[in-house]
Amino acid sequence: MKAFQEFTKGIIKENPVFVMALGLCPTLAVSTSVQNAIGMGAAATFVLVCSNIFISLLKNLIPSKVRIPCFILVIASFVTIVDMTMEAYVPPLHKSLGIFIPLIVVNCIILGRAEAFASKNGVFKSVLDGLGMGLGFMLAIMVIASIREILGTGTLLNIHLLPASYKPMIVAILPPGAFITIGLLMGLLNIVQNKKKSKAN
Amino acid sequence: MDFSTLFIIIIGSIFINNFVLSRFLGLCPYIGVSKKMDSALGMGMAVIFVMTMASTITWLIYTFFLNEATSIFGIDLTFLRTIAFILSIAVLVQFVEMVIKKTAPELYKALGIYLPLITTNCAVLGVSLLNINENYNFIESIVNGAAAGVGFTLVLVLMAGIRERLEYSKVPKSMKGMPISFIVAGCMALAFLGFSGMKF
Repeated sequence: MKAFQEFTKGIIKENPVFVMALGLCPTLAVSTSVQNAIGMGAAATFVLVCSNIFISLLKNLIPSKVRIPCFILVIASFVTIVDMTMEAYVPPLHKSLGIFIPLIVVNCIILGRAEAFASKNGVFKSVLDGLGMGLGFMLAIMVIASIREILGTGTLLNIHLLPASYKPMIVAILPPGAFITIGLLMGLLNIVQNKKKSKAN
Repeated sequence: MDFSTLFIIIIGSIFINNFVLSRFLGLCPYIGVSKKMDSALGMGMAVIFVMTMASTITWLIYTFFLNEATSIFGIDLTFLRTIAFILSIAVLVQFVEMVIKKTAPELYKALGIYLPLITTNCAVLGVSLLNINENYNFIESIVNGAAAGVGFTLVLVLMAGIRERLEYSKVPKSMKGMPISFIVAGCMALAFLGFSGMKF
């Protein structure tokens, strides 16, 4: 049961984007469409799970003074694998994610989990933690991307949702839309949390 | 050397494709270090310095070691790009930190705490990768790195000014802190969108 909690905590309670405000750059940059969001989320989850496995296996071998460069090296290797695999099999997605695939290396979520969790826990728990955090990240980008895509183009995953008479709010898929969407979503989450707190009292 | 291309790169990186507001690079320090004006200025100066240095070094590494056509080894090592860049940036930041600590303790006091943060600042790795993707030559890369740093500092300082005022304004309870900062950033991005009309 406890292992299950390691998995679920990343999805809502400790959501990396909304609660901990980590990994903001890719979240805002690739959330122009749900398709990009899923691609980015999957790539980051893969890197997160693999680097968590590796680092928890190597945790006793890495001297603590040089641990950060070692973590970065492990993460960079997996990012290179993802980068090349995506370039080979899904070139259009690779092109639209652009430099944000190599930039997974400096995504604070991945280094943060390596430092805070994988370097202190066993392999099994680290896998669950990586999966949970990765899915939480993917969920967060997908929520933002759905809002932006529906408002900005009137479609969701290229399916027309809104009637043809809807005039797309183009600003939603432009950069300002990303900032305003995440600001409003964080405010909404705060309202929900404040209500929960006042109920508990 | 064509001076007008450099001018276009400078204006482009500072205003039109501002790293924070239009490319979404370096958002963590943008939200994290923009609470006070002097820390924003310190961070900005450190970023300008590191980005210029990183653009120089990563361009040299890419051209002389990784790229097949111009490499001294004559083999294609471009797949090592990400690893080589992030390692050289980490080493560079560490080195800069040590040099500043020895030679300019005053400057170290002002910038010291921001330097370790810069290694994981995606704007630094971002500008190195963009220089390669855009096929910039040596001079263009350095200029682009410096201009991107200036653009970052500009919006960081603007944001710090706004946030210092936000402290004293009435903000709904649930929007305090991060949410309102994002809304402000959105308004700034909207304003910067106006620069995209400056086509050369």
